[in-house]
Amino acid sequence: MDDTAPVLSFTEAARAGLTEEMERDPSIFVVGEGIGPRGGNFNTTLGLYERFGPRRIRDTPISERGFVGMCTGAAMVGARPVVDFMFLDFILDAFGELVNQTAKIQYMSNGRIAMPMVLRGCIGVGGSAATHHSGNYYPFFAHQPGFRVVAPSTPHDAKGLLKTAIRSNDPVLFLEHKLLMATRGPVPTAEYLEPIGRAKVKTVGDDATVVAVGAMVQRTMDAISTLEENGLHIEVVDLVSIAPLDIPTILESVAKTGRLLIVDEDYAPCGIGAEICVRIVEEGFDFLDAPVARLNGAYAPIPYSPPLEKALVPSSENIASAILDLLAQ
Amino acid sequence: MVMPDPLDLYRRMLQIRNTEEQLARAYRNGEIMGACHTYVGQEAVAVGVCAHLTPQDAVFSTHRGHGHALAKGVPAQAVAAELFGRATGTSRGRGGSMHLFAPEVGMMGTTGIVGPNILQATGAAYAFQLLEKDEVAVAFFGDGAVNNGAFHEGINLAAIWGLPVLFVCENNLYATEIAFAYAAGNPEVATRATTYGLPGEAIDGNDVMQVCKAAGAMIERARQGGGPSLLECRTYRTRAHAEGMPEAGYRSQEEVDAWKHKDPIACHRAYLLNRDLATSDSLDEWEAASVQAAVDAMEFARTSPWPDPATATSNVYAET
Repeated sequence: MDDTAPVLSFTEAARAGLTEEMERDPSIFVVGEGIGPRGGNFNTTLGLYERFGPRRIRDTPISERGFVGMCTGAAMVGARPVVDFMFLDFILDAFGELVNQTAKIQYMSNGRIAMPMVLRGCIGVGGSAATHHSGNYYPFFAHQPGFRVVAPSTPHDAKGLLKTAIRSNDPVLFLEHKLLMATRGPVPTAEYLEPIGRAKVKTVGDDATVVAVGAMVQRTMDAISTLEENGLHIEVVDLVSIAPLDIPTILESVAKTGRLLIVDEDYAPCGIGAEICVRIVEEGFDFLDAPVARLNGAYAPIPYSPPLEKALVPSSENIASAILDLLAQ
Repeated sequence: MVMPDPLDLYRRMLQIRNTEEQLARAYRNGEIMGACHTYVGQEAVAVGVCAHLTPQDAVFSTHRGHGHALAKGVPAQAVAAELFGRATGTSRGRGGSMHLFAPEVGMMGTTGIVGPNILQATGAAYAFQLLEKDEVAVAFFGDGAVNNGAFHEGINLAAIWGLPVLFVCENNLYATEIAFAYAAGNPEVATRATTYGLPGEAIDGNDVMQVCKAAGAMIERARQGGGPSLLECRTYRTRAHAEGMPEAGYRSQEEVDAWKHKDPIACHRAYLLNRDLATSDSLDEWEAASVQAAVDAMEFARTSPWPDPATATSNVYAET
């Protein structure tokens, strides 16, 4: 990492990436509610309306199915839409369009029609947003052929991945955890792209592997700092990409550690932990010295009251004890 | 607006009718699988509208889309081969009747879901406006689509942004077997346009000259930056909802027969003869040639290779 790189927030970094791409390619446009002169509920497009005008930074009515279907058609004839959902929970009103149309048209046209489309939105539990503004939903999309899904955990990756997502000819979900949006980190000024489909090893260790995604990455880093004081060396892998999964990176780590814990704020059943577990068992059963473990958000809609909300999501203490349990196996 | 040659309109309607008669036969023979929804009786709509379109204009069609594909210029051989599931089809056999794509002639797809094509046409129009192109987009859909949210969201978005798109409702009175008179609080589709702030007009969809005139004006308006319009074409499908389906008593034989008397091809033939634009003999010759071309298209499909099973998972993602 370049120590001289400017420090930006996650949102500022993603916005810088969006701005660079829009400067480069006039076929890119953004739609969403309040993304025009207001600059987006999360400042995702702050200042871009003035720069690019109303056709490229387009405020919409509350018409999710409508503008998702519309962007699908725009992508089919050569534009590159970016849909800013504000909260990803709102994408569900457009689920039929996305699954039946957006994700399938490249295949059903035998590759004759491309589908360059970015679907971005804020995910995750926090701030008493309650159940209609706190969902994660990524397994729905990772399950369907046709989508790519990324959930960066740092400003650096947010910028590089959003640029890649915009350049991709596939529909890409770009997911921004609400607790990460104000977090800050170094972001190079020189152009760079981050690949979709690659996980990142955050800390090297040989006692256990912990795979985490989104806001759980920093929480896991907090958890292992206490364990390191006790001489335990944990390898933390930031998943970054949910579809496709970077199984080789996880496998390589598990080959070294023999133990795997997957920390995911989202629900456990049919979730990404289940998928990672099976893939590791299929390809690396002999590496394992203990059963694969999962630590997930509790299986309930997201409540409002702070003690209830907190009880639902893995804490750094929960993560630390899950690691100790895994090491005791 | 330049009115197309009435003889050409006749030839194009004949092509659709004869191709579909052959497709229906192939369905009965088991050569076409899945669902096959014919357009028989509605040909004047696709032909009258598409006569004003260039290959760069974008058409977004329905589950009943063979007529739109043919009118937009997709070769009958490629349509037939797709329905036969062959490697020479528009999507090399992976789409079938409800997934016909030919972007090289602006045929942006038929679809198995009612409604989404209205939104996609709106989006193509958005792209044309954004990229400052002269093209227009057209969505064809039935009366079954206008009680769906996609219709309401789509025409509203097109209206607020003045997009170059024509919405063509082919009101054939039934959504499968549910009568529109039962399903619609307001059965006047064209008047719904006014509610959303765009022009709407209802016409006789079995009269190709009328369709041609009304659609031509609306397309010209869209092309010149005048925004979207809604054209309600009142028409009727004289075959079952899908090949092999029973009529099941939802409509009377008298009603079907009455509409057969208003067959768009027969009516246009009378129009041409009454105005001495053609002779009976010349039209008969075209009819024979059209049947032969349709038979040949089936033979092309029948003798084409099956797709390679190794390609079953290709093109899920962009291969760039």
